[in-house]
Amino acid sequence: MKHTLVALMEDKPGVLNRVSSLFHRRNYNIESLTVGHSEVPGISRMTIVLEGEDRIVEQVVKQLSKLINVTHVLDVSDKPTVVRELALIKVRAASRTRSEIAELARIFRARIVDVGATSLTIEITGPEERVDSLVGLLRPFGIEEMARTGRVAMVRSGEDDGNNGKGYSSQTAMPQSVPLMAQEVPM
Amino acid sequence: MRLTGAQAVWESLVREGVETIFGVPGGAVLPLYHALADYPIHHVLVRHEQAAAHAADGYARATGKVGVCIATSGPGATNLVTGLATAYMDSSPVVAFTGQVPSPVIGTDAFQEVHVTGITLPITKHNYLVTHAQELPTVIKEAFYIARTGRPGPVLIDISKDAQIAEIEYAYPDEVHLPGYRLPQGDFSSQVQEAAQMLNEARRPVIIAGHGVILSGTEDQLVELAEKGHIPVVATLLGIGAMPDEHPLCLGMGGMHGQGHANMALAEADLVLSLGSRFDDRFTGPPHTFAPLARIIHVDVDPAEIGKNVPADLAVIGDLKDVLPALTPLVEARDRSAWLARIREWREESAQLDILAQETDDLIPQYVVRQIWHATQGNAIMVSDVGQNQMWEAQYYVHRRRRGLISSGGLGTMGFALPAAIGAQMGLRDEQVWVIAGDGGFQMTIQELATIAQEQIPLKIAILNNGYLGMVRQWQEFFFERRYSGSRLSGPDFAQVARAYGIPGLTIREKSEVVPAITQAVTSDGPMLLDFHIVPEENVYPMVAPGSAIYNMIRRPKTVQNGEEE
Repeated sequence: MKHTLVALMEDKPGVLNRVSSLFHRRNYNIESLTVGHSEVPGISRMTIVLEGEDRIVEQVVKQLSKLINVTHVLDVSDKPTVVRELALIKVRAASRTRSEIAELARIFRARIVDVGATSLTIEITGPEERVDSLVGLLRPFGIEEMARTGRVAMVRSGEDDGNNGKGYSSQTAMPQSVPLMAQEVPM
Repeated sequence: MRLTGAQAVWESLVREGVETIFGVPGGAVLPLYHALADYPIHHVLVRHEQAAAHAADGYARATGKVGVCIATSGPGATNLVTGLATAYMDSSPVVAFTGQVPSPVIGTDAFQEVHVTGITLPITKHNYLVTHAQELPTVIKEAFYIARTGRPGPVLIDISKDAQIAEIEYAYPDEVHLPGYRLPQGDFSSQVQEAAQMLNEARRPVIIAGHGVILSGTEDQLVELAEKGHIPVVATLLGIGAMPDEHPLCLGMGGMHGQGHANMALAEADLVLSLGSRFDDRFTGPPHTFAPLARIIHVDVDPAEIGKNVPADLAVIGDLKDVLPALTPLVEARDRSAWLARIREWREESAQLDILAQETDDLIPQYVVRQIWHATQGNAIMVSDVGQNQMWEAQYYVHRRRRGLISSGGLGTMGFALPAAIGAQMGLRDEQVWVIAGDGGFQMTIQELATIAQEQIPLKIAILNNGYLGMVRQWQEFFFERRYSGSRLSGPDFAQVARAYGIPGLTIREKSEVVPAITQAVTSDGPMLLDFHIVPEENVYPMVAPGSAIYNMIRRPKTVQNGEEE
């Protein structure tokens, strides 16, 4: 089963290296990993997508939680989430195919962000499946370049996010002494 | 108070109660060494940085305090790696300091520059690169806290040379702020109740005593629990000493070279209560074959250990210091005489197969270890190396005292014993510390004889010299067609080498010389090396073949003559 993990970590040098090194050392296979700022200054938010048995994913969560700079890890796979990915796709476009491509972009609610003499660059945001569909339809035209961000995810409002309903949005919601694993991962 | 970064390091160490450190100076730590002379910290100069890490580890294991080592940048730092990995695998609290090239040239491949925080990332509990002197007090406070709390482990602090020189206004923090570091404080009372109920219902329970019992200092509570419930206890290699070996409920070590009766007890147990053990493969065999009839209760301070190797039916996450006092009162006395009688039968079988029950004039290693036990009355701190010598020590020295065995369990680091024993002896000056090593492992850190001589460390060293990398040879005998590829080993005259370092050395070739030699070592005030030329092809029994269940043991053949089994 595919799992989505959300991890919050201190924004310090080398922290990304600690996380990626852990995956490599423990032989975990990561499908995508994205990282950026969270709403709390000094705290980065990482979304990790990995395929694996529940037992393995449970280990990933526990091992990640042991990293001193990682403050919070949550498996959101079973929770209602908003999931998005952004992709930039540069597709070959001759004058006779340009309108067809533009029409596809419109159907997918994607945007054309750059127009060149022989290509168009399309920006699409959405769940990965939607991005996959558009990529599939564009491929026959010739995709010259593509950049995908990987998944970012957020638990929907009003759902139990595993943090006693406090959300992550304030400093006080940062767990102080909660045995994270005991609560959040079924043993 | 105005201090340089270097002074801030030592000031902080004094405040952490550090009295002894182990290290080797070099270019990138010269400011640190320059300042060291003004502080009441004894620096033990070792001859190779690997030994500094092992010594700090041995010091920590013997005393329960954090061990400290120091090395320069580049090769000094990389030489620490084996020692840090050893400490990490065995959850030993060590703080390592390394010098780093000045911060303006970090990343330029400067002389003796290496990315030590990157290299040690997977073998430390945490590490730091400090390039600003004002960070030092906080970082050191955190490092000691992280190293000794929860599941202990090594922490490395890499300090650029300019940060050692810069001046700061020094203040040592009273507390740490580590939002991502949480110790288990959860309410485990319902799990403890369930555990007690499972124990009370069990007819054939066994306790596994792991290293965690020793690390948490709960040896007395373990005995109390075992005695109250009449529950036999099997130790892991690093759990040896958690319960006195002579205690009637103590079955000794289990696992690949465990006691037959200990492995059989695990095979037939209907309940296993693991206290601070991580179900290492050398202890369990293939996980699905381990304790096949038992429900398993796993108590550990580290949640990541639960279910990692062997699935647990019940997990209790917490420090044994908290868990055992909650559990024992709920455990009821049960009549388990039938179960204990069954174990006694296996124990008698083990005794019959014991080589010491057989007549032989050969100089066998088991006899040497047993005589060291007699001479020290089981009260020495034994520091074993890795391989056959380690297993013979574990099987034939009857450990009486807590923290009485120090050995590299997880990483299995040959060359560990001598430097680790230096650390142990520096921590416990009035105790007798013995090294048990093979001729192979001893040659990996033999240079530390110079450290012993310089520091006048009264270590007693027993080399079980069989001219082989013995455990390799044994595996080749059993599983690789007796082809002793690469395992035949020559060595120096170890007694002469010792004497060259200024340490008395004896060579023992006959069984009759064993007791006088050991007596001489035990009664001498200083260090002594005993080189025992043992039967070359003696094997460790029982042995569980890799991939086999631990109850499928290769037992000792009945008779032994001239080292050849028939």
